[in-house]
Amino acid sequence: MRSQLRPETRIDRCFEALKREGRPAFVTFVTAGDPDYETSKAILLGLPEAGADVIEIGMPFSDPMADGPAVQASSLRALKAGQTMKRTLQLVREFRAKDNLTPIVLMGYYNPIYVYPSEAFLDEARDAGIDGMIIVDVPPEADEELCLPAIQRGLSFIRLATPTTDDKRLPAVLANTSGFVYYVSITGITGAAAPVVSDVRAQVARIKRSTPLPVVVGFGVRTPEQARVIADCADGVVVGSALVETIRTTLGTDGRAGPDTVSAVHRIVHNLAAGLRGAAARV
Amino acid sequence: MPAPTTSTTQAPNSFRAGPDDHGFFGLYGGRFVAETLMPLIHELESAYEAAKNDAGFQAELRDLLEHYGGRPSPLYFAERLTEHLKGAKIYFKRDELNHTGSHKINNCLGQIQLARRMGKTRIIAETGAGQHGVAVATVCARFGLPCEIYMGATDVARQAPNVARMHMLGAKVNSVTAGAGTLKDSMNEALRDWVTNVRDTYYIIGTAAGPHPYPAMVRDFQCVIGNEVRAQMQEREGRLPDTLVAAIGGGSNAIGLFHPFLDDKSVKIYGVEAAGHGLEVENGHAASMNGGRPGVLHGNRTYLLQNEDGQILEGHSISAGLDYPGVGPEHSWLKDTGRVTYVPITDKEALAAFQLCAKLEGIIPALEPSHALAYVLKLAPTLPKDNLLVMNMCGRGDKDVFAVAGYLGMKI
Repeated sequence: MRSQLRPETRIDRCFEALKREGRPAFVTFVTAGDPDYETSKAILLGLPEAGADVIEIGMPFSDPMADGPAVQASSLRALKAGQTMKRTLQLVREFRAKDNLTPIVLMGYYNPIYVYPSEAFLDEARDAGIDGMIIVDVPPEADEELCLPAIQRGLSFIRLATPTTDDKRLPAVLANTSGFVYYVSITGITGAAAPVVSDVRAQVARIKRSTPLPVVVGFGVRTPEQARVIADCADGVVVGSALVETIRTTLGTDGRAGPDTVSAVHRIVHNLAAGLRGAAARV
Repeated sequence: MPAPTTSTTQAPNSFRAGPDDHGFFGLYGGRFVAETLMPLIHELESAYEAAKNDAGFQAELRDLLEHYGGRPSPLYFAERLTEHLKGAKIYFKRDELNHTGSHKINNCLGQIQLARRMGKTRIIAETGAGQHGVAVATVCARFGLPCEIYMGATDVARQAPNVARMHMLGAKVNSVTAGAGTLKDSMNEALRDWVTNVRDTYYIIGTAAGPHPYPAMVRDFQCVIGNEVRAQMQEREGRLPDTLVAAIGGGSNAIGLFHPFLDDKSVKIYGVEAAGHGLEVENGHAASMNGGRPGVLHGNRTYLLQNEDGQILEGHSISAGLDYPGVGPEHSWLKDTGRVTYVPITDKEALAAFQLCAKLEGIIPALEPSHALAYVLKLAPTLPKDNLLVMNMCGRGDKDVFAVAGYLGMKI
């Protein structure tokens, strides 16, 4: 199998270690540069200690079509504070200088990469210490554009599988996916309705029959209780909207970071991680 | 293969053969959407291919276009404007006389029939000026389907008559406050609705843009405009027109006029973009081809107004229907191949043309075709008197009366 020929990545090592420990991965999402570069860096640097196993970093985009209001607002805050693709790569470089273990996955939309342009962006992303990317609006039909060049550079291209990805389509979605598979638990945008657990369980089982890769579940997971229940039927859980919403609630009236912004995010991550470890303890 | 960043400018054998099997016109087009929508995009493509080749579907559509839409629209010789400009012989294609007041009904009648055929029970749409929203609300009323229209808050304010029309037709109008509250933001919001309600909902995109098959499908439904012009001009003048002019926002009225003539080399074709406050004003215009560069947004690769970082700009135009940072992908390809010339017209030029047309021809045009007309005012005097020029009068100006009165300092 092709995946065995690929060099082992931070993502692979992370999931193998979690498997040995018998607990699910906690994947956290925050937007790069939200609410400003320095605060964002402090948030990122403290995430592993607070309990994050994998860090997804959103690349802010003016038109985040797959995102709900919380992530939209987060993206706009970051852009307003001057975040750019170059600064996002710089943020990762600064993180990597202090943490060379935690997997980092960039998440975002195609246009800012396309105009960077793509090949230069992928080179710089690899050199910055990024492990994988999730690009929402580049489907498998366009693998030649970004997915295959990413794989050639040793970057994992993590694909979203959704409730509408039927059995006919699933092989195409999984074909060039590496690292893990991200199951979108609802038809909808990030941070929307809570997923129906029985549906998620059935869908994750269906995907796992077709791939040896870990399957993590995201979109709509907010509380430690939800995370625990979802984690019972998957290899990991993603929480994003709840974190960027926490950032929003700690901002001053001028929209700038408040004294509690960093600690409030780490606190909610800690609580969610504790919820997930509860899931592991019950297995 | 690396991501392509340049397009071939070599002339193809035919300009009418696109898109390819993956929905590309050269570099442009494609299907850049979230995975949740991809299965539906494929389903839509098959359903449209089947409908296109179904004589029953086509016959039903022709009947609706004639008896409900009011087609064919007249090809009108604008005699006084021609005398005034002392150049080309100017004809207006009177698509503003269609039911609902613009060319948008052509596409909506086609897509509502397709939605019904696919068994969809709920319709959504985006709208800028409200012309598409009104046309969607109209066909939804006619066929008894619930409908929600996404419209930017800025546009809701400047196009109040169309908002009222949509309400009267039974549609729910969702005011979108994200971004600048214009067409781009309403399209984002419609896509979010679609991804959430993908199983029962049909999204009627109003322009020849978005993921494949929309650009080709909307173009096909709008080609009735150019096909009629071809027959009408043959009847009036016994030959093809020499010059075509149409306004470009997303570009559906323009592609509908242009496409049937793309392989007629003698026909010169001009698309008119909204230059707002002027191309030199950053973020002050909506001329994506004259002032933007290729990128990926709303499901397709096309020319976009964007900053160096790839963030999409809001753009500006006096016309809510042209106030969009992108353009249909087929236009991007026609620009690169050089088959169509795309020119900019400012807010001021469009306003002047609006007034001239009202006074000389007794036709109050929408602000969108006022841009096309403003270019005709520049072009026609440079052409010989036997040059047959057709401008698409794609919408009527009733919706713009309040806004234009405001610009002109008139009290209503």
